[in-house]
Amino acid sequence: MSSTAVVKKNTYFDSVSLMAISTKANGLDDVEQAFVAMGTEMNKGVLGNLGLLTPELEAAGNGDLMVVVEAREGADVDAVLAAVEELLTRKAPAAGDTTVTHRTIAAAAQDNPAANLAVIAVNGAYAGREARKALENGLHVLMFSDNVSVEEEISLKELAHDKGLLMMGPDCGTAIINNVGLCFANAVRPGSVGIVAASGTGSQEVSVRIHALGAGVSQLIGTGGRDLSEEVGGIMMIDGIRALAADPSTSVIVLVSKPPAPAVEQKVLAEIATAGKPVVVYFVGGSEEAVVAAGGHFAAGSQDAALQAVRLGVDPKAEVEPLDTTRVDEVAALLKPEQRYVRGLFCGGTLCDESMYAMFDLGDEVWSNIQKDPERRLTADSASAAHTFLDFGDDDFTNGRPHPMIDPSLRLARLVEEAKDPEVAVIVMDFVLGFGAHEDPAGVTLPAIEQAKQIAADAGRHLEIVGYVLGTDLDTPALDEQIAALKAAGVTVTRSSTETGQFARAIARKASNA
Amino acid sequence: MSNPLTTPINDLFAGDLDVVNVGLAMFEQDIAKQGAKVTTLDWTPPGGGKPEILAALDALEVPEVAARIEAANAEAVQRIANSQPMLTGFGRAIDVVPGMTPTTILHSGPPITWDRMAGAMKGAVTGALVFEGLAADLDEAAELAASGAITFSPCHEHDCVGSMAGVTSASMYMHVVHNETYGNTAYTNLSEQMAKILRMGANDESVIERLVWMRDVLGPMLKEAMEIGGPIDLRLLLSQALHMGDECHNRNIAGTVLLQQALAPSLLQTSFTTEQKKEVFDFIASSDYFSGPTWMALAKAALDAAHGIPGSTVVTTMARNGVEFGIRVSGLAGNQWFTGPAQQVIGPMFAGYKPEDSGLDIGDSAITETYGFGGFAMSTAPAIVALVGGTVQEAIGFTREMGEITTAQNPNVTIPVLDFQGIPTGIDVRKVLSTGIMPVINTAIAHKEAGIGMIGAGITNPPVEAFEKAAKALAASFN
Repeated sequence: MSSTAVVKKNTYFDSVSLMAISTKANGLDDVEQAFVAMGTEMNKGVLGNLGLLTPELEAAGNGDLMVVVEAREGADVDAVLAAVEELLTRKAPAAGDTTVTHRTIAAAAQDNPAANLAVIAVNGAYAGREARKALENGLHVLMFSDNVSVEEEISLKELAHDKGLLMMGPDCGTAIINNVGLCFANAVRPGSVGIVAASGTGSQEVSVRIHALGAGVSQLIGTGGRDLSEEVGGIMMIDGIRALAADPSTSVIVLVSKPPAPAVEQKVLAEIATAGKPVVVYFVGGSEEAVVAAGGHFAAGSQDAALQAVRLGVDPKAEVEPLDTTRVDEVAALLKPEQRYVRGLFCGGTLCDESMYAMFDLGDEVWSNIQKDPERRLTADSASAAHTFLDFGDDDFTNGRPHPMIDPSLRLARLVEEAKDPEVAVIVMDFVLGFGAHEDPAGVTLPAIEQAKQIAADAGRHLEIVGYVLGTDLDTPALDEQIAALKAAGVTVTRSSTETGQFARAIARKASNA
Repeated sequence: MSNPLTTPINDLFAGDLDVVNVGLAMFEQDIAKQGAKVTTLDWTPPGGGKPEILAALDALEVPEVAARIEAANAEAVQRIANSQPMLTGFGRAIDVVPGMTPTTILHSGPPITWDRMAGAMKGAVTGALVFEGLAADLDEAAELAASGAITFSPCHEHDCVGSMAGVTSASMYMHVVHNETYGNTAYTNLSEQMAKILRMGANDESVIERLVWMRDVLGPMLKEAMEIGGPIDLRLLLSQALHMGDECHNRNIAGTVLLQQALAPSLLQTSFTTEQKKEVFDFIASSDYFSGPTWMALAKAALDAAHGIPGSTVVTTMARNGVEFGIRVSGLAGNQWFTGPAQQVIGPMFAGYKPEDSGLDIGDSAITETYGFGGFAMSTAPAIVALVGGTVQEAIGFTREMGEITTAQNPNVTIPVLDFQGIPTGIDVRKVLSTGIMPVINTAIAHKEAGIGMIGAGITNPPVEAFEKAAKALAASFN
């Protein structure tokens, strides 16, 4: 068996397409192993590690496509390469050959004066350049790309600010503009709650809770995770607040973020006074004092943020059902004495954060790859310890892979692994629906859930699996079906991110007192 | 924020979302599903993703630099479009071409030495030396060429262009094309018609005999005819030819008829015998290509007028010698060549030849694309789309795509099927590198060996290296 490498010069495919192509290529009958990727240093490093890096591949550049195929013994290598080649052939454009495909933002903007927003999801090395072109052509920008330097982010945001344009991102995964969800977003009804958010899944959760309360969203402006850092200084969040303040369709504003740098927090909160409408502030794990002093409404959790916003701007009588403690008692009764710990396996960073913060009440044995305390920080390779909360969407896990909302494989493997630990009482998982997400997140997880439950049962334990489905009745796939499928597999389904944390904490408390 | 309702953000909220999607196709489907307008770019990393090219592009996009470039490029394309090239006469190279000597051989493309020349060019050089009487036969000619006694120089460095090998020697007759607007003059050889010809690398007796007849009959008769009839406005003929389905590089049927129509009355009045006149008329009718070189000289006259504008990133020359492809850029004055390897020409071959017989891309004829016709005007020549292996729709796409890498449309030369849009003019080095779109060139294929000739036709592209080197030099020129 030998490998065959082909470098296609100046041939570009985006990383997601390539992953899809690689996957299909690996599924071909005569393929032992196939690798289709751009000639980046990282990809070449991967090939080097596999011992597949030839001088020809070594010479490939960022704009060159590398195709490496190890065919099965006796297979016709040329036929295999031809089959891979066919996967690369793009589908013909849809009917009507008058469609014009542009190569540059400038050309597209000049050809269509109505264009008003660019979604940029290219390698971080090029993203800043494309964003600048978009801003110079008068387009608002949502930059999905990450790995953009903070200097570049500042210069782009300053340019956007000067032009009065939105610069959402870099690393902005969620926005809803004019009721159109962009990148990872949920289908929520139009309404009067405006959101400015530095966290993607946090803002998805808030928008979904608002929808569940019968209200809707006017705009959801993403800022990118670094906007409220000392360096960036909240440029986009402040412009976002002002834009929503001036927006006649917005009656109340919600801010969502991890806790900002103190100086930035002050600057952002100072906007509340002049907003002229109520502002609800949900800074995960943040403090109430500063918010209240600035005239804002402090939200302790995502559910609380949604509830307060709806009460302030839409329906003063809105209500949320409290946690059902009978299920907590039922579960606690099934656990063995050594089953004391919670393991959280999350796709959504803020969802992970919120559940993790809920555990802090129980002491400091809370470990995570997104722990602020470096003493209790885990890496993707480390085993779980005590209460462990893993954000599979964090860079440590996504390095060279798609986001877990698209590719669940790492999380599935971890689920099975955790089931083997006799100290585990509860495994908590999120299932994120909506645009950009996996087409059936519950379905793809069910076999691993069954396997995990079986492992525990074989060892004579009850393993409680708790699932939260982030989505609305307007999302595809339908929220009801996802919940029903999980329940049928014996999963306890919670009704919000906040409740998920409360439920996990309640069981852990009972288990540790037992 | 004195009047917040008029900010672009609130305009966005008040209007319909219309998205330009860059990078991930999956986002397009989600956005379209929700009823918003969305178009996805066919995006590639600018500069091929090479950091040093990105740095050069960035340097050229600094606002004050970009403003200077815009102004210089506007001037360059104005000069191209405003040039009025007139065919004013014909004359022997030794009499009309600047710097020509009895032992000078001009060739196509960037500078090249004898030892590195492609087969077709070597064949043409040895044939020309025999034709000039400088060598008794081809072997002696090859020795002479290698001896150092012959001066080899690019046509482009003598106000000339040369089709295919471009080999031009002292006693060959040249078109004389005067740029009425800017005062410069350009020259080019006469078409040899046929396939087995000197410029394609053929050099047997039939080739030399034809060259002798061209020197003794065709050239002098054309010269006399021009003296009788006076200047001919070539741009007018070019525009008409494009309206008649020529792109005036690989298809020249209409252009040749138009040129012959303009020449015929004067040819009839020359002092030559009726038999000689019939020979000339038959010769012109023997190949549609007769006017091919004429349009090259037109383009050369216009582009030379646009060369040397400080700060301009407009390409004024694309030329190939069968080994290297070279470009010159307006803002980098004089004979600064930026080169990369000549590419394979992809297209149908004459029966009996295979792609591996092809010589690499050769000739100064890409001056036509540099001006904006040829491959750039493919959409006006639906009859030859098969030659480039495509459909009419694809041909229209070629012209549209060339619009993405050029500076303006030439209002004086238009394409009916595109609602009389002007031809895309003024290739911008920056745009080529930021889009990854390479200029498309319609061209002929010569055999890779000397002595055989034309074996096919098709399309090709320049090597990206030539543009990369030019971008770096342009960036350095602004430091």
